[in-house]
Amino acid sequence: MKFMRLIWVNLLRNKRRTLLTVLSVTVALFLFTTLRSVVTALDAVSEVGSEARLITRSATGITFALPQSYLERLRAQEGVQSVSWANWFGGIYVNESNFFAQLAIDHETYLAMYPEMAIPDDQRQAFLNERTAVLVGRGLMERFGWTLGQNVTLQGTIFPGDWDFTIRAVYVPDDPSFGDQLFFFHYDYLYEGVNGNIIPGWYVIQLNDPGAAPAAIDRIDRMFENSSSPTKTETEKAFNASFVTMWGNIGFLVKAIGTAVFFAILLVAANTMMMAGRERIGENAVLKTLGFQDGLLFRLVLVESVLITLLGGALGVFASKLAFGPGNPVSSFIQGFEVAWSTVILGLVMATLLGMISGIVPAWQAMKLPVVQALRRVA
Amino acid sequence: MKIPILYNLRSLKERPASTLTTAAGMALVVAVFVAMMALANGFRSALMKSGSPNNAMVLRKGANAEMYSGIARSTASTIAGMPFVARGTDNQPLSSPEVFVVINLDRLTGGLANLVVRGVSPRAMQVRQGFEIIAGRELQPGASEILVGEKIVDRFANTGIGDKLSFGGRAWTVVGHFSAQGSAFESEIWAENEQVMPVFRGEVFQSVTFRMADPGSFEGVKQQLEEDPRLFVDVFRENEFYQNQSVILTQILNFIAIFIAGVMAIGAVFGAINTMYAAVSSRAPEIAVLLTLGFKPGNVLSSFLIEAVAIALLGGIVGCVLTLPINGLVTSTTNWNSFSEIAFAFRVTPGLLVSGLVFAALMGFVGGFFPALRAARQPVVVALRQG
Repeated sequence: MKFMRLIWVNLLRNKRRTLLTVLSVTVALFLFTTLRSVVTALDAVSEVGSEARLITRSATGITFALPQSYLERLRAQEGVQSVSWANWFGGIYVNESNFFAQLAIDHETYLAMYPEMAIPDDQRQAFLNERTAVLVGRGLMERFGWTLGQNVTLQGTIFPGDWDFTIRAVYVPDDPSFGDQLFFFHYDYLYEGVNGNIIPGWYVIQLNDPGAAPAAIDRIDRMFENSSSPTKTETEKAFNASFVTMWGNIGFLVKAIGTAVFFAILLVAANTMMMAGRERIGENAVLKTLGFQDGLLFRLVLVESVLITLLGGALGVFASKLAFGPGNPVSSFIQGFEVAWSTVILGLVMATLLGMISGIVPAWQAMKLPVVQALRRVA
Repeated sequence: MKIPILYNLRSLKERPASTLTTAAGMALVVAVFVAMMALANGFRSALMKSGSPNNAMVLRKGANAEMYSGIARSTASTIAGMPFVARGTDNQPLSSPEVFVVINLDRLTGGLANLVVRGVSPRAMQVRQGFEIIAGRELQPGASEILVGEKIVDRFANTGIGDKLSFGGRAWTVVGHFSAQGSAFESEIWAENEQVMPVFRGEVFQSVTFRMADPGSFEGVKQQLEEDPRLFVDVFRENEFYQNQSVILTQILNFIAIFIAGVMAIGAVFGAINTMYAAVSSRAPEIAVLLTLGFKPGNVLSSFLIEAVAIALLGGIVGCVLTLPINGLVTSTTNWNSFSEIAFAFRVTPGLLVSGLVFAALMGFVGGFFPALRAARQPVVVALRQG
């Protein structure tokens, strides 16, 4: 575009103002993409579970366990490939602020069901063979600086006493939303530790065909409906999603804040463009006299405005992309938190929109400028 | 001599668009700040108000939450018989052994919620202060009846008085609604302990809460109970037990509020700097006249600073007003310590509004400082020539 130089000169005529506006768009878009990534991370967690795996838990409440006898009855269901189970351990590592999830699992069946966890073969064997062995997510290893073969002691809250474990295996999830902060150990170890005074917390069921899930869910829950422990069965995906909703209406909160951020910066950018427009009334009148068409002036102002916000936006968006890439510290807190490329694109679109809206009034004014009156002011 | 503030206010009126956009930007920043802090405030306040410093709460040793705890019937009666337990007018100990379970109920808006069902002794209402039955009546011993906390009513089906609510394989009749000064208890369902116990977890309580005869002697009471070889328990002051549950989430929410508002403030301050530089440069001749008249550069500096702070305060006031409607709005999250839903109201307090205004003034000050400095240091002759 041959008018690029004109736009460029206009941008540089008040360098400080342009710079400050660019920077304010930068911080706004940094915030916007970061907040947006919280939502995408939570959405991803709700999506991560398999549709071919079912979770059967007590219908009474999440903290109630299910009889051991359900195992065989679940296995006997048609379309069921395998059944495993797990318990929440709820131990404390050193102090309460070091929270992470610990699950006692029926190790053989559970690992076979979760190909999402990549574990080196020798480590997998070591974990399966030793009663006190634990399998730990890579993120958790890094968080506490643990090493393979290290002994770790947890203080039980549900199951009193000190529990000693040895780290024998480390997994890497194939999808960051699966989470790399989990701590798995043998259900047998827990069972012996409490003298058999325990029953499974929930069952995990692998189906042959994910399409059969709705029918299987219905069948299982009806089977136990009138027993002493009625069940609630759902796909693992729905189960995970229900945990995300427990935080409250985060989606709405983030949207409300995002909107406020957008409008606050829109006001800053619009103010800048209006100031620039006022300064240039005379120049624009001269340009018009020289034969510049109305439409061209309109476009010139708009392009200038979009350039400012897009430059600022790009800086902000990529700053957050750099700050919250894979393995950033926040991701140990919010599973799978990172700025995705789709969020980057969304941020750039928002920045462009910001420029268009804030430039529209001055662009319109430049277009509609009455030449004679404006020229009089120049003289 | 000071430059009259009227000069600044008139100047603001001279360029309404730029004043208003700058102020509106700051209003949004202040609104987000106050709203987020009101959220943190409401959550903290619900747990701060739960429990009394006059009560002691007993859990099994090592259980950091009621849900994980277990207290045998014999332990509960041993505790009730201790001399430091306060007694009611009938000379019976003010002690409530309680069953604590978390059940699933469907929200009216969809989705499952985890709710606390607390099986209490008939004395629970005397042990805890600030409870009020706002509709209906108290529980009758021996009946499958429940009292529903105020924050649960309207959000879940079958919670009206006379309704039957089903859980734990039984239908329970709602006989009353209670309030508890906005505390976390308002998110609970209460029934008689002897009714809840057989339905859920069998012959065991989860906690014992008792009034202390002398609240000042808590440390001694705690030591005596924790060292008693028959008991195997941990003892907490009831209010501190709940306060501790609020610490982490409150810190997170405060951090988020300050982070978001702080980043937004940077953007708004840059906008204010632009506005104020524009004001200073368009009024260069005026400033020169002021300086010629004998006003000191210091006067000019403070005059422009006041102008910037006035714009910001205008925004701050609007921002504060914007947040007023959310005061009292009920929202919910999960108390991860008890693994149950806790409903609480946004709390916009006068103190919070003041801090919103201070925040705005600070933005105005920072945004106005360099432009004001420029105004004060303006070479008079050059500026006059411009005019």
